Amino acid sequence: MSPAATRPGTGRASAYGRRLMWPLIVLAALLIVNIAVTGFDFIVPDVHDGRLGGAFVNILRRSAPLLIIALGMTLVIATKGIDLSVGAVYAIGAAVACQYLLTRDQTSVGTVATAVALALAIAALIGAWNGAMVAYFGVQPIVATLIFMIAGRGIAQLITGGQIPNVADGSPFVEIGRGAIATVPVPIIIGVAVFAALALLTRTTALGMLLESVGGNPEASRLAGIRSKGITVLTYLIAAACAGLAGIMGAANLGSADANNGGLWIELDAILAVVIGGTALLGGRFFLLGTAIGVVIIETLEVTIINVGLSSQWQFTAKAIVVFIVAMLQSPEFRAWVLRPFRSRRTDPAPTEPDSEKAPAT
Amino acid sequence: MPDEPIVQMTGITKDFTGVRALDGVDFTLRPGEIHAVMGENGAGKSTLIKVLTGVHSPDAGRILLDGEPVRFHSPGHAQTGGVSTVYQEVNLTDNLSVAENLFAGREPRLGPFINFRAMRRRAAALMADIGVDLNVAAPLSSYSIATQQLVAIARAVDIDAKVLILDEPTSSLDRDEVAVLLRVMRRLADAGTALVFISHFLEQVYEICDRMTVLRNGRLVGEWATADLPENELIGHMLGREVEALAGIERRTAEHRPASTEPLLSATGLGRKGSIAPFDLDVHPGEVVGLAGLLGSGRTETARLIAGADRHDAGGLAFDGRRVTGHNPRTAAARGIGFCPEDRKTEGLVGDLTVAENMILAMQAARGWARAVPPARRTELVDAFIDKLDIRPARGDLPVRHLSGGNQQKVLLARWLILEPRLLILDEPTRGIDVGAKADIQRLVAELSDQGMAVVFISAELDEVTRLSDRIAVLRDRRLIDILHEESDMTTERIVDTIVTRGGAA
Amino acid sequence: MSSSTLTERPTRSTLFDGLSRYIPIGATVALLVAMYLGGVASYRNFDNPQLVADLFIGNAGLLIVAVGMTFVILSGGIDLSVGSVMAFSTMACAWLTVEAGLPASVVVPSVLAFGLLSGAFTGAIIHYFNVQPFIATLAGLFLYRGLTLQISDHDMSIREIDFFSWGMERVEFGDPRDGGFSLPYISFVAFAIVIVAFIVLHYTRFGRSVYAVGGSEQSALLMGLPVARTKVGVYAISGFCAALGGVVAAFYTKSANPLAGVGLELDAIAAVVVGGTLLTGGAGFVLGTVAGVMVMGMLSTIIAFQGSLSSWWARIVVGVLLLAFILLQRVLARSGEKRKG
Repeated sequence: MSPAATRPGTGRASAYGRRLMWPLIVLAALLIVNIAVTGFDFIVPDVHDGRLGGAFVNILRRSAPLLIIALGMTLVIATKGIDLSVGAVYAIGAAVACQYLLTRDQTSVGTVATAVALALAIAALIGAWNGAMVAYFGVQPIVATLIFMIAGRGIAQLITGGQIPNVADGSPFVEIGRGAIATVPVPIIIGVAVFAALALLTRTTALGMLLESVGGNPEASRLAGIRSKGITVLTYLIAAACAGLAGIMGAANLGSADANNGGLWIELDAILAVVIGGTALLGGRFFLLGTAIGVVIIETLEVTIINVGLSSQWQFTAKAIVVFIVAMLQSPEFRAWVLRPFRSRRTDPAPTEPDSEKAPAT
Repeated sequence: MPDEPIVQMTGITKDFTGVRALDGVDFTLRPGEIHAVMGENGAGKSTLIKVLTGVHSPDAGRILLDGEPVRFHSPGHAQTGGVSTVYQEVNLTDNLSVAENLFAGREPRLGPFINFRAMRRRAAALMADIGVDLNVAAPLSSYSIATQQLVAIARAVDIDAKVLILDEPTSSLDRDEVAVLLRVMRRLADAGTALVFISHFLEQVYEICDRMTVLRNGRLVGEWATADLPENELIGHMLGREVEALAGIERRTAEHRPASTEPLLSATGLGRKGSIAPFDLDVHPGEVVGLAGLLGSGRTETARLIAGADRHDAGGLAFDGRRVTGHNPRTAAARGIGFCPEDRKTEGLVGDLTVAENMILAMQAARGWARAVPPARRTELVDAFIDKLDIRPARGDLPVRHLSGGNQQKVLLARWLILEPRLLILDEPTRGIDVGAKADIQRLVAELSDQGMAVVFISAELDEVTRLSDRIAVLRDRRLIDILHEESDMTTERIVDTIVTRGGAA
Repeated sequence: MSSSTLTERPTRSTLFDGLSRYIPIGATVALLVAMYLGGVASYRNFDNPQLVADLFIGNAGLLIVAVGMTFVILSGGIDLSVGSVMAFSTMACAWLTVEAGLPASVVVPSVLAFGLLSGAFTGAIIHYFNVQPFIATLAGLFLYRGLTLQISDHDMSIREIDFFSWGMERVEFGDPRDGGFSLPYISFVAFAIVIVAFIVLHYTRFGRSVYAVGGSEQSALLMGLPVARTKVGVYAISGFCAALGGVVAAFYTKSANPLAGVGLELDAIAAVVVGGTLLTGGAGFVLGTVAGVMVMGMLSTIIAFQGSLSSWWARIVVGVLLLAFILLQRVLARSGEKRKG
């Protein structure tokens, strides 16, 4: 039990607040640095060409695909899992949509809708496969999703025939990435909509609680009668559908689908965002809002590096530092090591079960 | 001097955040003896061993090894000091060969390289030495648990163990395997090694041990030579009479006995290989059936089969007169069977979730994820049960791991009571909780059965079982040996007597 | 006391138990042979011995990195940083010799030592602070890619440095035009690493501890094995191998590309798994990894010979192979559990 565990009076709301505090402070600090360097224009949106612009709005717009993937990843991680295949599914989603449109009437809204639906369906199918491998075959999540992580880009290239299919600028499809509704960029709208949908899906139904239960204690969940296999499959399905959607948005923004480089490393960024947002990689409690803040931190970080005058090559190094700090902060051993000089004497942690003398279960 | 003790522990005290696991315990071990440490769950056996082997450091007390004060800080450290432990789950790596396991970390070498030929030769000699002939080049995983156990012992012996601790080594072995193990133990003792034997099989203890130390609730009850302590006295010492005054709960009398003759649940020939021998058991509405027996007697296994937590491979189950198929926790819950498992933390509660979420977990599972329990209904239910069961602090939004053991147990109970089950199976609901909560739970069980709920109740404390039960199923050695039902049979003495006298017959 | 003798033979025959460990690697070798024979039957000139030799030229770096990855995976961990470390060490070689003008004989050993130390540091973080290998090496993935790009964001040639022409000097075995073949020195470096790795894994205490820790870290600890040293050691080896892979790449390409080795960690992991090593640790062979690398190289070769097949099929086939091996290992594990009852 951690010292905090013995402290009474920490309800759910305050626990949530505590988890979000650090990410919010980091984000605020980044914003302040940017404002200090580039002035208030950084944060204030402006309107030109009938849509919102400005540095921060652009950050949010660019964040949208990563946000959507990271939200799906949050759910997977809550179940003690991980999904390495999202980057590849991103590429497949983009490839399917663009390839479908390539030979058809790109200006037709109906065709575009079909293309999007088709891409999402294929992505969801891959997710269901991943989930089935984990839930029904008992393959470790990292191993199960590695298969599509490796094969996925090959499949995307297979779909595009090794070409980079382009979608004409006039197509409604590109509006998904570049357009604006009531001056608000479409990607931001989609990002917010997915966030709202997942928040509603997990928090107004019992899905969120059951996910946390399965991730927090699988055996107790089984004995309480939860159908954890179905829930696991659903979770991977959602994550893959999110990745497919992100791929569509990315392709729409570029007007093309690059099977090799589209969404490259986005799975790592997504995992990073989830961890920054306070969801532990070991499963259990998840924080969609924390993940969203984590995504904005990552994207703001890249802009900040440029703004403070460092070369863009610094972004990887900065990310490495962030990963390192987050990993250290989440390590109880590290905290104990740092705090050791301040502790008077070593105390034994309570055993997980006082005097475990269970008869064998088998 | 042969009687000079090899290990002398005096006044060992150990606290775990508020719980005193050991309270001034003394323990003496002499060379060449086999010494049993006896006690029920929570008696402090494991903690005592862990203090000796350096897993825990004692808060008070002294450990002398060969007359020298020692304080080990890890099992590895204890091992180099001559104290080795063989655990129930064999702590070897079964992907390596037998020989490699025997010599891991101290392989014979030629220059920097392992001399496999010498290693295999020495391994074969070592195993032959304790009377086991096997192919030491084969992976450990190709041998039975019993043999793996013997390999672990051989390894410990070869590391020059003066003290060898065997923690429940026999619980997954069959009769012949046990015989070999016991012979090996005797051989080692004759050669001068001091052995500590922990086992819940009384006949093994009586067969092999020279001396016994009995613990109860973290305190030393006493030390006896095996010959001086008859089995019924031993059981009496282990189970003991709780001096706590659990007022307000009287022994249930015959009037409380349900009149119904139709059993709610009826198990016929229900069993699971290696876990519990096939048994027959009926549970009637409004009846409390106690399961009594020592640790490892099969009481938990019985409960888990009835609850659908484990799959049975023999016999069948009827509920409400209908044959049960596809028995698992989910279908059991749908039928109205609630199960509070033995281990609250690892099998019962989800520590990260709040009290309220843990309470409605089973109800939510039954409804499926799409139909959340409406917030108003949820608040109403949670508040009602916090109030009814007197859960403190009375807050539903607290993560359940912050609660004390007794309150956690009540949360687990509430999870099933919310579903209004017809049969409630409680596996040691009163273990490791304070007296007040214990009394609350006992009172609740009596009340629920008065309202017509059937209850299967397990406790290590026989007083509790006799006080609450209408009938008592007595278990020993993974076998249901008798069902006591006469009013006059509902006594601790009668149960102990049954365990002792009927045990040999099985 | 002959009556007390317990004679137990393994529940199945010794032969079978000895063999069940070799099923995955046997499958890999069989696959390799089948691919080769299929190639010989289908395409002209496929039987040229140089074709097999070429597998060890283009893939020398991958092979070295995969050997290091084998250590990590056998111990139950994973190392995502190898691709970046490899690119970084190539770049460091180039920058230190070309820009800083240091002699290659100083630069190369320093780069290798740096790889070793950085791996040891990662291992220490993983072991002492209980950080998941995935996260700790993810930091390495970002860090070394970032540092590489900071040194140079464009290709840097090292053609002028004489030292780096050594690696591609060839040794001929027979007349290349008449059934012979030739191999450059970098291939021999890779072979040397494989042989050393094989000896270390199978004939030293350290190597056996790697297997023990991968089998069960808890048990290894209770058996008094040096778990900390072993875990730090495997990441140090992986770091060293990645750095050496980078040096070999410098020999091979005679230039440093800041984006070299992107995704190489995946290829290395795939080669290890296809080579029959259990991703959960504790079982596998470094020679399997060699076979795994050869399978992946052979795949590309066949695709190149076929002409009509596109390069992406290699990825898809590797994915299918991974799936097959993961399922095969699940089946073997399950039958093992059943056997023990």
